[in-house]
Amino acid sequence: MNIWFSHQSAAFSLALRRLLVAPVNTLLSLLAMGIALALPAGGQMLFANAQQLANRSAPAARISLYLAVDADRKAATDLESKFKNNPAIKSWQFMAREETLARMKKSEGLGDVIDALPKNPFPDAYTLVPRDEGPDATEKLAAELRKLPKVDHVQLDSAWVRRLDALLRLGRTSLLLLATLLGVGLIAITFNTIRLQVLTQRAEIEVSRLLGATDAFIRRPFYWFGALQGLGGGLVAWCIVRLATLGLAGPIGELGQLYSLGFTLEPLSAVGSGVLLLAAVGLGWAGAALSLRQYLKDI
Amino acid sequence: MIRFDHATKRYPGGLTALSDVSFDVAPGEMVLVGGHSGAGKSTLLKLIAAIERPTGGAVLVNGQNVGALKRAAIPYLRRNLGVVFQDQKLLFDRNAFENVMLPLAIAGFPPREAAKRARAALDKVGLLEREKAMPVALSGGEQQRLSIARAVVNRPNLLLADEPTAHLDPDTARDVAEIFLDFHRVGVTVFIATYDDAYFAPAAPRKLTLDHGRLLA
Repeated sequence: MNIWFSHQSAAFSLALRRLLVAPVNTLLSLLAMGIALALPAGGQMLFANAQQLANRSAPAARISLYLAVDADRKAATDLESKFKNNPAIKSWQFMAREETLARMKKSEGLGDVIDALPKNPFPDAYTLVPRDEGPDATEKLAAELRKLPKVDHVQLDSAWVRRLDALLRLGRTSLLLLATLLGVGLIAITFNTIRLQVLTQRAEIEVSRLLGATDAFIRRPFYWFGALQGLGGGLVAWCIVRLATLGLAGPIGELGQLYSLGFTLEPLSAVGSGVLLLAAVGLGWAGAALSLRQYLKDI
Repeated sequence: MIRFDHATKRYPGGLTALSDVSFDVAPGEMVLVGGHSGAGKSTLLKLIAAIERPTGGAVLVNGQNVGALKRAAIPYLRRNLGVVFQDQKLLFDRNAFENVMLPLAIAGFPPREAAKRARAALDKVGLLEREKAMPVALSGGEQQRLSIARAVVNRPNLLLADEPTAHLDPDTARDVAEIFLDFHRVGVTVFIATYDDAYFAPAAPRKLTLDHGRLLA
C-alpha cells in the first residue's frame, strides 16, 4: 500500500513536471480540449435551462380568440351565450379592447407607437380553457370557434410549448451526437500528445527498462499525464462555460422580463460540473491508454 | 553466479554474434572479456542482462534461466544486476543525484532511504559534491563514474560493465578501474568487457577472449 502510494505520487509529480516543462504546448492542448469540451457542456447548460423553462410554462391548453376589430360588444355577448352552451368549454375570460390598449401602453417602447395610432388597434378577446386538454380535442374546438361569426383569429396557446418540446428532443439528440464526436476528438488529442511524450521520453523509457522498471512503472506517469491534461481541459471548459453564462445572463434576463417569463439563466449545476470534469479526466486517461498500447510496445 | 551453457546468439538476418559459448563465473570472481571489436563482447553482456535472449543453449544468472524468463519477470532480474553501459545511458534532463535515484525509485524505495543510498553511491565514486550537476556539465570521466554510481546504488551482487575505461585518459581510466576493484574487494562479482586489462591487474582477474563469437580456450 505504501509502495503503491509512493509510486503513484512519484508518477503524479513526474507527469506534472512534464506538463509544466513545455508550458506553451500544454496551454495549447488545454485550450483545444477546453473548447472541445465547452461546446457540449455549454450546450447542456442551455439545454437544461430551456427544459426548465418548458416545464415551468406547463403545457396547459389555452385558446385565444380574437374578435374582428369592428365587432361591437353585442357580438361579444352573443359569443358568450354560445360558449355557455358548448360542453367542450370549461371556462373563459373576456379581455376588453380598452384594457388591452391600456396594458400595452405600459409596455416598454410600445407607448409612443400606440399613441401615434388614430384608434385602438386591439380587438376584444377571449381566453378559453377547454374541458379536454388533449391536442386533438383542443384542435377540434379551435376549428369550431373559427366558424363563429365576428371571430377574426383563433390561436392555440399550447402549440408553442409542444413545438418547444419537440425542439428540445431534437436538441438533446444533437447534443448527444456533438458530445460523442467531441469526446472522440478529445481522445485523439490525448492520443497524440501522449505519442509525442513517448517519443520525447524514449531515452528515459529505455533506461528505466534496463534498470528493471516494470511496464506499470513506465506507464503510470503517462496515465497521470493524460488524466491531468484532461482535468486541465475540463477546467478550461468549465471556465469558458462560466464566462459565457455570466455574459449571457444579463441579456437573457432582460429578454425573459420582456416576455414576463421571470427567467434567469442558471449556470452549470454542481452535478453537471462534476460530470464534465470526470468525463474530461476519463477521456484523457482513455486517450493515454490507447496511445501507450500503440507506441510503448516497440520500446 | 553466471553460467553460459553452449549459448548461441544469432541475429535475424543471419549474423551469428555468439556461437556455442560455455563458461562459469563463481560468486565474488572478477572476469574480463576481451576480443576484437565485433567479437561479441557486448552481446555477451546483453544476454546476461536479458536485453537479448540466446537463440541456442542456455544462460543462467543467479540460477535463473534468463532465456526462458517471462517478460514480466525480467525487470526483477535486472534489479539484482548493476550494469554500466558502453554509452552510459544517463538521462540528460536530470541532475546527477536524480540519475542515481532512478533505480531506487523503480525498485520502490521510500524516498528518504533512497536519498541516503543515492548519496552514499555518489560519495563512493567521488561525485557527492556534484550531485546537483547536470550530466552535460560533467567531464567524460565524471559521467562514467556517475553511471557506475547508478549501477551500484541498488547494491547488486553482480556488476556488469561494457568498456568502462574506453575513451578515458589513462589517469581517469585508472580511477574508474579502481572503483571496480573496490567493489570486487567487498565481494561483488564483477564482469567487464574491456581491452584495457592492465587497469584491472591488481585483482588478478580471469580473462576470457572472444574471437568472431567463439570463446578461445
